[in-house]
Amino acid sequence: MSFLRVNNLSVRLKKGPPLLRRVSLQVAAGDVHGLVGESGAGKSMIGKAVLGILPPSVEVTGGEIWLDGVDLLSLPLAERRRRIGATAALIPQDPLTALNPSHRIGPQITDRLVDILGWSRADANRRALELLAEVQIPDPDRVMRSYPHELSGGMRQRILIASAFAAEPKLIVADEPTTALDVTVQKQILKLIAGMQARHGTALLFVTHDLGVVSKVCQRLSVLYAGMVVEDTSVADFFAAPRHAYSAALLAATPKYTDPAAGLQPVPDAVIAQVRAEVVAFDRGAAHG
Amino acid sequence: MADLYQIEDLRLSLADMTAKPLFGAAPRLEILKGLSFTIPKGAVVGIVGGSGSGKSTLGRALVRLLEPSGGAIRFDGTDITHLPEPALRPLRRRMQMIFQDPMSSLNPRHRVGTIIAEPLRLHGFDAIPDRVARALDHVGLPQSFAARYPHELSGGQRQRVGIARAIALEPDFILADEIVSGLDVSSQAQVLNLLERLVAELGLTLAFISHDLSVIRRLCQRTIVLYRGEIVEDRPTADLFADPQAAYTRELLDAIPLPDPAQAWA
Repeated sequence: MSFLRVNNLSVRLKKGPPLLRRVSLQVAAGDVHGLVGESGAGKSMIGKAVLGILPPSVEVTGGEIWLDGVDLLSLPLAERRRRIGATAALIPQDPLTALNPSHRIGPQITDRLVDILGWSRADANRRALELLAEVQIPDPDRVMRSYPHELSGGMRQRILIASAFAAEPKLIVADEPTTALDVTVQKQILKLIAGMQARHGTALLFVTHDLGVVSKVCQRLSVLYAGMVVEDTSVADFFAAPRHAYSAALLAATPKYTDPAAGLQPVPDAVIAQVRAEVVAFDRGAAHG
Repeated sequence: MADLYQIEDLRLSLADMTAKPLFGAAPRLEILKGLSFTIPKGAVVGIVGGSGSGKSTLGRALVRLLEPSGGAIRFDGTDITHLPEPALRPLRRRMQMIFQDPMSSLNPRHRVGTIIAEPLRLHGFDAIPDRVARALDHVGLPQSFAARYPHELSGGQRQRVGIARAIALEPDFILADEIVSGLDVSSQAQVLNLLERLVAELGLTLAFISHDLSVIRRLCQRTIVLYRGEIVEDRPTADLFADPQAAYTRELLDAIPLPDPAQAWA
């Protein structure tokens, strides 16, 4: 039973071009599903649609988003927000802009638990301390009283991970959570997210442009081009033999330090032409159907 | 082969403004702690390290955007360690920099043509329109791009403009500081292939700063690994990958997520 099921989701700029073209995907409880593609492919847009945080310039034109057995898009706005707030959370890309620079860390983790979920301040504080320990932050008491600028990038990202898991969500959207970090810190953070996700049995939608990262943390992945899913497959099958020419080209563009002659091949023009033609054919079909 | 750069016991400290008392001077923070190495003419050298290792500071010292606090930097035989700005200016043409973020290093109010022409004008070049056209040609951008603004370009195209601006001055040395870290893998591949070709065609010497060892492996014959302001390894890239000596180099290599699900992380 999939915890998150997206069916034929279409999103476009208001009075503008489509951004997502009938995207479908399923994430089972406890699974990690990767969303990969180049910038502008719409991978973050899917995460935002699921969390109900699409920018105001964008509208959903069709499809369903089933979260825990309920089609979110069929619910009135207030009810939709309540359900998303209770079952899903986000690990954002840039820990510095996601934390409020003028507030201490503690309330930034606990306010949501107290104000939205109705916890007592003492319970929320206890929970925050537990989580900071779980994300391996030394001296959680001191960190609760610190300001974001007093902490390193890796520490800030740990805090956002703790904060995402605070209310035991059943789904977490991680939007490029390690792009701002250097490789050694990235490895620690990815292992931490994977460990937390496995322990808590959370479904994870993992947005990234790095296929190396996908191979380490995901079980399935969707490859996107221009808002269209070109391939949806298991990670094992994908890396053994990608089915779509565009997927194969993305894989060939990914650097591989063990084989310097292989990686870093630009996506061939013929492949771009092929996948663009598929997008055009899709739009023509959508206009007639 | 003659050395373009000779660096001896290079030290650089900056004022730590976070610890500055209300009155009095801020304490000094030592960023580079005595680095010595050379860069031969025509070499492509990778400089790698984690955040805070001092790799960007080292780069900025090489092109004298920062003044060292100790040691010596010799550029093509001239000691530039403490050279004052007027004496540096003629040398600046010969040492160019390509920046990490093309959005903040290209003037958003200027067209691409003006962006490339401006340094040429400052350094007193003639036949500027021809040189701009040639620079665009070199980086594979159509001439019509001269009339565009940076916001009309993709990330990869913007980075090409940064490269065009640097090579238009016919420099001897180019410093590239994390120039592909903001790009998608396919644009990364294009920009790196371009840089590789230009270095060979124009006989440039290149220092390539990156935190990504996969990229370094592809581009650089030699790699310098920095850790907390010190060189922990400086060897031919192939040797470094085959048999990393420093513990930190091994840690960096282990942390790269290879695109292969069979190789799980320890």
